[in-house]
Amino acid sequence: MTELILYNVFNGLIIGAFYALMALGLSLILNLSGVINFAHGGFLAIGGYLAYMLIPYVGFWGALLLSPVLTALIGIVLERSLISRLYGRDPLYSLLFTFGLAFVLEDGTRYFWGPQTLPFSVPAWMSTPLSTAFFFITGYRVFMVTLVTVTVIALFLVLTRTRLGVRIRAATTDLEMVSSLGVNVVVLRNLNFGLGIFLAGLAGVLAAGMLGLQPTIGTELIMPSFVAIIIGGLGSLPGTLLGGLLIGLAAGITTVFFPSASEVVIYVMMGLVLSLRPRGLLGEEGRF
Amino acid sequence: MLRLDKRAGDALVWALLLTMPYWIGAVGGYTQLGSRVMILALTATALNFLLGFTGVLSFGHAAYFGLGAYGAGLTIKYLVPSTLAGMAVGVLAGAVAAAVIGLVIARRRGIYFAMVTIAFGQVFYFIAFRWNDVTGGDDGLSGWERLPIDFGVATWDILHNDLAFYYWVLLCFAIAIGIMAALLRSPFGRTLLAIRENESRARFLGIPVDRHIWISWVISCTFASLGGTLYGLLNNFADPHDLRWDQSGDFVIMAVLGGMRNFWGPLVGAAIFVVLQDYVSSQTQNWMSFIGLFFMIVVLFFRRGLLGMIGQHRAPQPRET
Repeated sequence: MTELILYNVFNGLIIGAFYALMALGLSLILNLSGVINFAHGGFLAIGGYLAYMLIPYVGFWGALLLSPVLTALIGIVLERSLISRLYGRDPLYSLLFTFGLAFVLEDGTRYFWGPQTLPFSVPAWMSTPLSTAFFFITGYRVFMVTLVTVTVIALFLVLTRTRLGVRIRAATTDLEMVSSLGVNVVVLRNLNFGLGIFLAGLAGVLAAGMLGLQPTIGTELIMPSFVAIIIGGLGSLPGTLLGGLLIGLAAGITTVFFPSASEVVIYVMMGLVLSLRPRGLLGEEGRF
Repeated sequence: MLRLDKRAGDALVWALLLTMPYWIGAVGGYTQLGSRVMILALTATALNFLLGFTGVLSFGHAAYFGLGAYGAGLTIKYLVPSTLAGMAVGVLAGAVAAAVIGLVIARRRGIYFAMVTIAFGQVFYFIAFRWNDVTGGDDGLSGWERLPIDFGVATWDILHNDLAFYYWVLLCFAIAIGIMAALLRSPFGRTLLAIRENESRARFLGIPVDRHIWISWVISCTFASLGGTLYGLLNNFADPHDLRWDQSGDFVIMAVLGGMRNFWGPLVGAAIFVVLQDYVSSQTQNWMSFIGLFFMIVVLFFRRGLLGMIGQHRAPQPRET
């Protein structure tokens, strides 16, 4: 029993790390551009499939780096050419647009790579369990947790220590002021969108290594990511991170006791947070 | 475009709807498709009560639509074999769920409101999806069918006669549309418009904005679940995907496509959307891409909706943010 609980707690944390990675990208875009990017899951799938195609040429490590970069480039092009036209209009329109884009991306991956689950090979040493007693701790899972941790730390360093990051955060608070101080906000939003999509692409490669590749791989992760953002508090990136880990953990623990409720539990948590603390755990008061 | 008097326009719409079963065959449709259009139009109009006339963006109406379908199906299957009882339970289930959830979300606005409604909508999807014993899980709720409506003196055989069912749907549609139109013309409806146009000004006038939005939300969701009960009856089946977020998106696009600022907009949008979906999904496996592209094109080029573009009323542009 202890082992079962441990297993599910560990599993929950890994899933939570995914949610957090995905939700952080969504949050970046939402905070700066006011766009709920429904297509985020589609970009995640693209990241996974690109890695699948790249592995024979550049190996796992090359694909791990290259695929998110390429995904981010696709995101940047789409943002620049189409999504940016919808900024400043009612959020309804960008929401519907990315909703349609999500359909196209999911169906597009199905068209090009087929509906079946594709195997995704990770380096052999990663797939063996590290200990016999705790069979579920494979090298890959440890690697994933490490990589997500490093990525999140790097993201927060970028946002606090680099000029780009400081500008992004400043523009999130007051876009017009930053614009009138001479920052090109069109480029800033564009790069910020790319950064968000980069995180989705990275999550896609990691998810493919754990679950295999399917066209719907991203669609199933997007709703929990919304919940993570709402629980953590809209506008707060640390909140989003916390929210992601919390709901992953909650889903993991629920799986032990009442498996069929593991999906519903996160929405119950969201309802509780919204009624007890409407701005979310770490959200600023009055921002939304 | 013909410059139609508003009253003449309404008369034309009703005349077309009343005679639909007799001309829909001539344009390549069939009576059941007509019923489908009317049901989805009812739901899209209900959504538009909130979206177009209160200015609140809900992206989770499928939940209440689906609750209606499941409410009706479960009642007929397990409790009372009666169409009317099933519909009553379905509508009540949607209304109660909306009232409770509305308490939590009525204070949220704009993009936050949209996200919260999307997320809450998923609760019902997962319940329907996971609670196999009762709801049939992924396979949906089958093994029941709508029943003829018995009025004592006469029986309305909506089960075996598609035409009778169409007119039953049209009757429900007319009642719901009538109530919503009357509400919008009332002082309450004018207040909703005021909130849409300028929320802070409405607040300064002493209007309890959150309460109005809550009421509008409950009305909108209640009629959406009425649409859902009819949809369940139409298919003799309740599908967990009726509850999912992609279904919510369909309702929003219907409203936007037809024109959110026009009362008949969602009806036009629903007709185009249903016919297009019916056609595309019979032609290609990749209908998802087509529907997705369709969404993107509508948003980029038809933002004011068809009726907004051709109507003689210069509808105000959606609020800039």
